[in-house]
Amino acid sequence: MMMKDALISTITSFAPEAPGTHAIVGLWAFSIVVFTLIFAVVVGIIVYSLMRFRWREGEPDPEQIAGNKKVEIIWTVIPFLIVTVLFALTVRTMGLSDPPPAPEPDLIVIGHQWWWEVQYPKSGVITANEIHIPVGKALSVRLDAADVLHEFWVPELARKMTTVPGHPNHIWVEADKPGTYLGVCSEFCGTEHAWMRFLVIADPPEKFAEWEKAQLAPATPPTGEAAQGLALFKQMSCVNCHAINGTPANARVAPDLTHFASRTQFGSGIAANTPENVRRWFQNPQQVKPGVLMPNFKFTDEQVNELVAYFETLK
Amino acid sequence: MNQPSAALPHHGILSLEQKMHWRIAWISTVDHKRLGILYMLTGLFFFVVGGIEALFIRLQLAIPNNKLIAPDTFNQLFTMHGTTMLFLVVMPVMFGLANYFIPLQVGARDMAFPRLNALGYWLVPFGGILLHFSVLAGGAPAVGWFAYAPLNETPYSSQLGVDYWALALLVMGIGSVSTSINIIATVLCMRGPGMTLRRLPLFTWINFVNSFIVILAIPVLNAALVMLLIDRRLAAHFFLPSGGGSAIMWQHIFWAFGHPEVYILALPAFGIISEVIPVFSRKPIFGYEFVAGSSVAIGLLSFGVWAHHMFTVGMGRAADTFFAFSSMLIAIPTGVKVLNWSVTMLGGRIRFTTAMLFCIAFLIQFTCGGLSGISHAIVPLDWQTKNSYYLIAHFHFIAVGGIVFAVFAALYYWFPKISGRMLSERLGRWTFWLMVIGFNMTFIIQHVLGLAGMPRRVYTYPDLPGWGWMNMVSTIGAFFMAVAALVFVYNLINSMFRGAPAGDNPWNAWTLEWATTSPPPHENFHALPPIHSRRPLWDLANPDRPDPVVGPHGKVDAVTLEKNKTGVLAFILSEAGFFGVLILAFLFYNANPQPGPGPKELNLLKTGIFSLCLFASSFTIWRSEVALHREQHRMMKLWLALTILLGGIFLIGQGLEYWGLFKSGISVSSNLFSTTFFTLTGFHGIHVGIGLIVLLIVLAMALAGDFEKKKSTALEAVSFYWHFVDVVWVFVLTVVYILPRLR
Repeated sequence: MMMKDALISTITSFAPEAPGTHAIVGLWAFSIVVFTLIFAVVVGIIVYSLMRFRWREGEPDPEQIAGNKKVEIIWTVIPFLIVTVLFALTVRTMGLSDPPPAPEPDLIVIGHQWWWEVQYPKSGVITANEIHIPVGKALSVRLDAADVLHEFWVPELARKMTTVPGHPNHIWVEADKPGTYLGVCSEFCGTEHAWMRFLVIADPPEKFAEWEKAQLAPATPPTGEAAQGLALFKQMSCVNCHAINGTPANARVAPDLTHFASRTQFGSGIAANTPENVRRWFQNPQQVKPGVLMPNFKFTDEQVNELVAYFETLK
Repeated sequence: MNQPSAALPHHGILSLEQKMHWRIAWISTVDHKRLGILYMLTGLFFFVVGGIEALFIRLQLAIPNNKLIAPDTFNQLFTMHGTTMLFLVVMPVMFGLANYFIPLQVGARDMAFPRLNALGYWLVPFGGILLHFSVLAGGAPAVGWFAYAPLNETPYSSQLGVDYWALALLVMGIGSVSTSINIIATVLCMRGPGMTLRRLPLFTWINFVNSFIVILAIPVLNAALVMLLIDRRLAAHFFLPSGGGSAIMWQHIFWAFGHPEVYILALPAFGIISEVIPVFSRKPIFGYEFVAGSSVAIGLLSFGVWAHHMFTVGMGRAADTFFAFSSMLIAIPTGVKVLNWSVTMLGGRIRFTTAMLFCIAFLIQFTCGGLSGISHAIVPLDWQTKNSYYLIAHFHFIAVGGIVFAVFAALYYWFPKISGRMLSERLGRWTFWLMVIGFNMTFIIQHVLGLAGMPRRVYTYPDLPGWGWMNMVSTIGAFFMAVAALVFVYNLINSMFRGAPAGDNPWNAWTLEWATTSPPPHENFHALPPIHSRRPLWDLANPDRPDPVVGPHGKVDAVTLEKNKTGVLAFILSEAGFFGVLILAFLFYNANPQPGPGPKELNLLKTGIFSLCLFASSFTIWRSEVALHREQHRMMKLWLALTILLGGIFLIGQGLEYWGLFKSGISVSSNLFSTTFFTLTGFHGIHVGIGLIVLLIVLAMALAGDFEKKKSTALEAVSFYWHFVDVVWVFVLTVVYILPRLR
């Protein structure tokens, strides 16, 4: 996220960076005005009564007014009119902020316990947790889930949408300006729901094309200590879950690691991607992210060094 | 009216002999007042439990990246907090108040079914123990209080927590239904002379409406829970997409219960506010008919809005639009209520008692919560705020600022009647201000956190700008509320023994509960005052300006209903909801043909013959009733025995059918057809079995000569139930055996 100082910019839902979210914020502004007026009327009646009509010891009970049909009808009809207006605006904004999907998705995002798989079906890129998009282009995104429900939410860029196993959903994602936008899983999905965060990185189209090209390249064969790391990776059960293009590892259960070192974070936002953090992860992933589905392999220090060295080569 | 009653015993709520046998007296009681107190004490106990859970949640979230509580423990904490507060705090306390005050307000000696009432109460602690036993059996549930599928299924929650959770809710749900049937029968059949339906105090009226929501909504939850348990224990796949089931279906069924549940919790609060504001404004409620009528409107609408909890699961534009509109509509009757309460104060003489202070706070906080509720009905806004802390803030404005504040008002208002002593108003003010300050500190800021992108149910969060201090403010506010609760509990205990004597009617209130001693005697009233209006005690105190007489409303008030039949009819209504869900589930899951066993395995001819036996038994039980009516007791017994025989043959037929299917390798978990088939026909079979047991009891009564000695409605009541079971079978036969053949 771009660090802005003003409080309003921390309220990301009110800092739209896409046409869809702009429409939602417009509706917010109108609704807040309506709500404030209604609230003022109710509080006005109450405060006026409290100030004007206090009980004093010994005073007789006041006139016993039991109701007024006309008044009741008025305050049934007026809310109905307000509701009708809000409903009309709701329908309109639904259309603006959530148009029907394109026939073929530009992007497929799949929720897993507790990370996001990201596929670009048109180019064949597969990555995890960091979604690169070109600025100014609306992307049709298909949302899917591999296990339980998850929910895709980037407040600045799009409406939120649940990912449901066996029931693909769809949203449009677009960024007006380059930047890094924070995303989260907002549907409770088990132990590490809190760390199922992701980034949407919007780049100028040329930069995005470069990134896409780099991602398509297979991993370069490592040398020295890193080669030991690759051997270890193949020999241990890592390959049962992970994929690295250019090696025999091609499982899709856990994040694709082909370009692991090109990402800024790992563990779905739990740690910055530094050699020191990666080392801690290999020493015991359960300590870094308790409950994560990757077990503690109890690597020796030497094995950890080899794996870290290898992972540093996966640019 | 305000003189201390001569009958007030100085030893408080227990008489001497009661003091000697107090344990057994409380455990074995069927008195509505004692059961009411037990309900409320149970609620208070779990309020402390759920409150401590909330404090742990807030402690963990006080600072970013906190490591105080492990992730799974945190997930258990919020699941238990939600489940406890809804099912073990608010529902028991509201049922407690209803139990205590409805018979008093309608001028009855007790509830319609005192023993059923005791059962309803004892199922609450039973459910509470079941739920908490999960902690010893491998861990509390960690799936959230609405336990979304498929996280609630065995592959993702293999511990027993979810099973205990489901069983506990089933047990408590049965208790809630029985209590609500009791309330319905009490209001319809037990009212004192002159207390017509149009003269009911609003608290009673609104609880009466609410009871219908309970008996219709809870069975929907029960259906969802048994389906979940069948999935988990018998390896079926109702809600497991990997086995062909539907995760979304769980949400539909759960919220078809869950949204009415919100009103089940809120309506009694509306009832309380409608009693307390008029008394402390010294004016009648403004627009009684509109407050009463809007409750009915809310009750009806509450069944048509459930999917507004699902605007982000991808239901499609048409469904989103429909539920947006229906959800917005519900704001209208709610708004009408808020305006009626507010305007009741206009031109009054407002007394700032603690009870009234909580009502005023309720009005303001509830209005905020209602308005943020509308923002969830505005679908595009919900697409941002759903599942964020904005939503948490919204429903706590309803649940705490609305419901809990109303409960505080009720307890300050009615404690003198229950205990015979006044609560300390000085401590009351401390509770009030600590609560209001703490509540607003905790929850206002959470709206901002939600809009800033903080999702609900996260055990921690990164150190993003502003998040740390906003969460810290929220946590500090929660501790203010904890102190308020402590002051309140101290006030309760202290005033119980040392409070000033209350007298019969300390607030100069107008409804019947204030026309008896505090606490009321066992039989409630020695004599009822004359009832011509909605405020009999006002009329008594102001003979010069009584309320206008509220006339009886044609036939409705002339009909005298018999309580056993009323009770059984209410029960049937509730059971219809349960079977309705199972039948709809069968239709949904069998909409498309699937591999494996299907309707072709069923033998329509055999089942048809056994069905004829069941349908014939409806005729025989009717003959038995006719015979009883003509006092032909031998014939009555014969027809009754024949009914039991026919019912037995049906059950044997069903057993044979099951046996045949089992032998050909078809079980509950074979595919969705077999799952839905066994679930639907199995539950029907269980109901036939229960009916047979009841028929056997009636036959035993008949053989013992009970029907010859006195006029009993037992046979009529059970025959209603028996006809109902037959009618359900008409639907099951059509849907399961006949419809698939027409395809």
